[in-house]
Formats: sequence, C-alpha cells, structure tokens
Amino acid sequence: MSGNSVTMVEALNRALAEEMERDPRVMILGEDVGVDGGVFRVTKGLQDRFGKDRVVDSPLAEACIVGASVGLAIGGMRPVCEMQFSGFMNFAYGQIQPHMSRFLGRTRGGRRMPVVVRAPSGGGIRALEHHCESEEMSYVSVPGLVVLMPSGPRTAYGLLKAAIRSEEPVIFFEPKSIYRAFREEIPVDGDPYPIGKAEVLVRGNDVTVVTWGAMVRKCREAAERVAASTGAGVEVIDLLTLKPMDPEAVMESVKRTGRCVVVHEAPRTGGFAGEIFARINEREDVFYGLRAPLARVAAYDVPYPLFARENAYLPDTDRIEAQILRTLNA
Amino acid sequence: MAKTPAKKPPAPVPPGAPVAPCSTYAGASMVRFVDEAGNLLAGEAPFPDERVAELYRHMVRARRFDARMLKLQRQGRIGTFAPCFGQEAAQVGSIAACTPKDWFVPSFRELACALYRGAPMRNVLLYGMGLEEGSAAPPDARDLPISIPVGGQSSHAVGLAWAMKLRGERAGAIVYFGDGATSEGIVHEAMNFAGVMKLGVVFLCQNNQWAISTPRVHQASDRPLAERAAAYGFPGVVVDGNDLLAVLSVCTEAMERARSGGGATFVECITYRRGVHTTADDPRVYRGEEEEKAWESRDPLDRTRRYLEKRGAWDAARERALEEAVDAEMQVEIQAAEDYRASSVNPLEMFDYVYVSMPPYLKAQRDEAEEAFRGRNVVVGASAPWVPGGAAAVGQLEEAPPEDAAAPKGGAR
Repeated sequence: MSGNSVTMVEALNRALAEEMERDPRVMILGEDVGVDGGVFRVTKGLQDRFGKDRVVDSPLAEACIVGASVGLAIGGMRPVCEMQFSGFMNFAYGQIQPHMSRFLGRTRGGRRMPVVVRAPSGGGIRALEHHCESEEMSYVSVPGLVVLMPSGPRTAYGLLKAAIRSEEPVIFFEPKSIYRAFREEIPVDGDPYPIGKAEVLVRGNDVTVVTWGAMVRKCREAAERVAASTGAGVEVIDLLTLKPMDPEAVMESVKRTGRCVVVHEAPRTGGFAGEIFARINEREDVFYGLRAPLARVAAYDVPYPLFARENAYLPDTDRIEAQILRTLNA
Repeated sequence: MAKTPAKKPPAPVPPGAPVAPCSTYAGASMVRFVDEAGNLLAGEAPFPDERVAELYRHMVRARRFDARMLKLQRQGRIGTFAPCFGQEAAQVGSIAACTPKDWFVPSFRELACALYRGAPMRNVLLYGMGLEEGSAAPPDARDLPISIPVGGQSSHAVGLAWAMKLRGERAGAIVYFGDGATSEGIVHEAMNFAGVMKLGVVFLCQNNQWAISTPRVHQASDRPLAERAAAYGFPGVVVDGNDLLAVLSVCTEAMERARSGGGATFVECITYRRGVHTTADDPRVYRGEEEEKAWESRDPLDRTRRYLEKRGAWDAARERALEEAVDAEMQVEIQAAEDYRASSVNPLEMFDYVYVSMPPYLKAQRDEAEEAFRGRNVVVGASAPWVPGGAAAVGQLEEAPPEDAAAPKGGAR
C-alpha cells in the first residue's frame, strides 16, 4: 500500500488494518462490521484479511458489545467496538459509565481498559431519527473516559491509531457528514496523532474560533469570509480531543485575541462551549484580557429534527459568520 | 414458605391448527394452514373467504405503496425508509387480530400494519420527506409512532398492557420487533415483566432472517426464538409468517388471551425481508440470489391470492380493479404530501413540541432562529425562502384520505 489521498472512511480503515497488523491483540466487534464491512464501510475487507475471530459480527446488542469488550480487555485483548450510530449508544451507556470508565479506579490500577468505542456521530446526511445526534457531552461528563473527534482523514487516521494504542477507554466519535466529503494525504504506517493536543488551523490575532468535528470545515469557510470582508485575523482551533482537552492552545490564543467564539453541533445547553467558557473564566490572565463577551454558535435546544429541518437546526456558515462579526464588533 | 408448583403455560397452538415442518429451524414445526400453491393443508377453511379477501386487499395495497415509496426514495423525493416487502402476511394477519381498542406498538418496518390501522398515506410520505408532521398522533388512535432504537418499544407495550389492566379495560397490546431485536436486553426485560405481572402483550416477532447483514443463525442459537417464552411463563408459537391464515389464527387466539387476563404470548412469524433493510442498504454484499429466489416462491401475496382463486373468491379482474384503486389513491396522497412540502413549511415548528409549555429560554432561541431563518431557504425540499406566517396548518394533515369505494379501508378508524 502506498501513501495517498483518501477519504475519512478509507483513513479509518487503514488505521484499523495497520494497528491489527501491528498488534495481534487488536480485534473488532460490532453489528454488521464483518461481511458487510460496517454500514459506512469503515471495516470493509478487514474480516477477509484478518479472519472471523478478529473481525466479529456480533448479535444486535450494544450493551453487550461494550460489556464484552470490558471482559475482552481484562482478558488480554484490545477490542475496538463499533456502535452503528451514536444514537444507539445509549443502550451501551450502562456499560460505558458504570463499568468501562471505572475499572481502573475500582481495581486501584489493577485493571486497565484499553477499549475503543467507535461511533458515527452528528448529522447532515439526511438520515432517520436517532441517526444524527451529537452526544459527546454524555461521555465528556464521565470521569475516566477519553473522548476524541477527528475532523478529516488525516486526524481520523492519527487519532484512531492513538486510541487503539492507548491504555485508557476511548470514545471515538466519527462525524459522519464528512466520512466521504473530502480527501487528504495520509502516510503508510504513519504515527499516531497525540491525544490531548489541539491544532491551530488558521492563525489570526483578532478573534479565536474553537470547534471540532464536522464544524471545522464550516468554521474555516466562515473565517475566510470574515477575513475577506473585514480583513480581520480569525484564528481557528480544532480541539480534536474533547477530554482531556488541550487548554493551553485555547488559552494562549484567547489571551492574544481577547475574543472567542465556540462552535459545536450539539445543543447549546450543556454543550462543551460552556466548559471552555468556564475555563477561560477561571484563568485571570485570560479573563481580564477579554475584549468581547464570549459567544457560542450551537444547535438549538430541541431534539434533532427529521431531515427536512436539519439545515435549520445545525449551525451553518452563515450563522457562524454572523456571530464572528458580532463578536468582532462588540 | 411452601411454593405452589408453577402452572404449565397453556397449549401454544390453537386447537385444530395444522402444523408443518419449520422452513428455517431443523426439527422444529410451525403452524401452517396454507401451502405455497394455495392449498388448505387440513380441515375446513378457518375464516370466511370475504374476510380473507379483505385482508388480501390490505396486503396488496401495502405492497404497492411500499414499492412506490422505494421508487420515490430512488428519485430523491423522500428520504431513507425501511420497506416491508415480503412481510405483508405477518403484518396484516397479526394486526387484523386486534380491535381498535388494542394498542399497536410498531418498530420501524410495519407499513402494512400502519395502513391497516388507518394511517393516511400522506402522513407516511411526509415522515419520509423528513417532516415530523407525518407522525402527529390523532388523540383517539391507539397507535404508537415508529420506534427506531431496536427493541426499546417492547417495554412500552408492557406499560400499555399494564395500564389496561389497572384501568379494567378489555384491551391488549401488540408489539412488533424482528429477530435481531431478540438479542437486545430490553426485549428480555419486557418479556420478563409481562410474564411476572401476567400482562396482555403479544410479542410479535417477525423473524425475517436478517438483521441488516447478520443472518438469524449468527444472531441466536438454532432453536426457535419463541421457545424462550417457556422461561417467561407464557406460551410461544412458531407460525409460518407468510401464511396469512396461520398468522391470523394464532394472533386471534393470542390477542384474546391478552384481552381476557390470560397474559402474554410470543408469536414468532417465520418470514423473509425480500428487500433492503433500509434504502441505505445493499443486500448483495451479504446474501445470494438463490436464497432470495427460494423465498420469492414462498411469497405471502402469491400464496394468499392462489388460495382465494382456488376458492373462487378472487380473480384477475378484481386484482386489476384493486391495483387501479390503490394507484389512484397513491396519486392523490403523493400530491397532497408534495403540496404540503411546497407550502412554505415552518422551520420553527421544531421548537413547538419540546415541552408542553415552552420555557422562556427556548422562546428566546426560537426568536433568534426566526431572525436567522428570515428570507432564507432552510427547509429541505421547500420551493421558496421561508417567510413567517406562510406555513399551512398542521391540523390539515390529520384528515383521512378521500373516500374511494374500491380501496380497502383501515380496520381501526
């Protein structure tokens, strides 16, 4: 295989294959991950390549897929389980929160939990009910979990490798609207992308835009528009790791710009923007340098609508652009 | 404390019902009245021909509409949906055993049941177009909306049957799920509740052999799913799900047991999902044509039609008249749904049903959204930018389809 330009689906597939090649303990389980290659084809071809013992079509039971992964991990395997959609992951919450996240502490360090729970997340693909939610905060609020969300092929490849090699339980959300939206170069047998490290995508000194997942592209578009229309320097930060988040990348930037807009696809109330604002508030050196009220662009506090109204529900480039302008002019 | 010995569940098979070897479990048998050629296997006809013909009309109507929905999806006129192609006998035969007072608790593939219960096609279409207006519940209907998280609805049926018992109503609940759902913990929990509280639930499993790409043999051991009922303390029956008469017979008895305080029943209908899981699925990846052909020969519509024809209760002219009537109905309904979508649908409707009383913070978000949407085209499929005050009244959607003497009518409304 050569390094080349791939979609996020292909990048994830490559990361899985390379990690399975590298470590015989790595295995995949989930609904339709084998013969079908997953409903989004992320695991396509892996069962043929690694066999039915390592790529397992499980019965339809999210709770037991995760619960069994807990046991598999204690038993010496490194399971990567797939939840078909994050909207169905709630069935598994009773294993993730009470067990997967707590085994290390419950055993006072005696049992590590090298499990990855992958789940397609977010909306924008005109899907059915429960196929579109952004539920990262249900997991960010749980001590002991690592929560990751890549924003494209390159970060998906690097972060999934890091997740599989991690000794911590990882919730790995894949923004499904960008599964095949664009291509990026990835290396062969490339390195993991470090967990807990945000990426500054665009430099600028007038306003900081913090985002992650599928919103990254929209924020970059909005930043370009604002830069073109006003000449302002818009800095765009992709968090990539929601927990444990990279505070320094955000603090350094906001200290410099004095203005911050957080953009997320999840509903506003209880969204991660609130946590970022709290951290800014807790840092005297950043807080006293603010030149505008902190602002967020998020989904409205309503259940994710069926697809006719999803464009109205989700933050879009227009709404993000308008908020950046308001924050600049505040 | 001395315990009385557990009572044996009553005989699961209706008295006099013929049984045949089960087509999918080696060594097991299933209730079956009519073979593939349409011959009655034993005894007298269990139901009047007029009733069977009426149910056959419902099956044809559902299949034609299902096929049309698939076409509309392929044309980009509606979104993802889960066809019921091949499962019409299991659906119509079971829902026909219910009265309007019994509760209908679907999963997401019960189009034939929903139409039978009186759901207007236009509502089904609107839901398919991504408009929640299509699942608005008429207050007098004992129908729940579709439920997508697999198996979860089974517990709702338990609660409904429980409420009927508490209120002293002679009504049961029928809950639909598939073979895949039997692997979910909540389905076990629901059956256990129903067993221990002796609740009138019919657990109607459409074992259609596939949970997306996972065949039943990888889903569960090679014993009938219905055998699990024994451990919950209520009867379990395996029935040929493509045999309308068998399903109707078994479910009539099961629903009567549910209504009369006799407790729950697990009915496993052996059937086949002849089409895609949903329109986002491609079965060619995981199953062969040979298998699909084998089940085509067991098709429930063909079988019922042959049975009726042999008895002189159906013919080509009636078939043609029915098809024409259904086509005419569909044309009206598709037009109505597409007209609604083009009528400046209100994007702010998504704020209206979050709470019974909208809290001030949400009202503020709604106002903010109204500003953000003004003059923009934010509804998928809308023909023009949205303007406040331009939307059609949602209440109009709840009207029944226009009367058409030849078209079959739902049994429940």
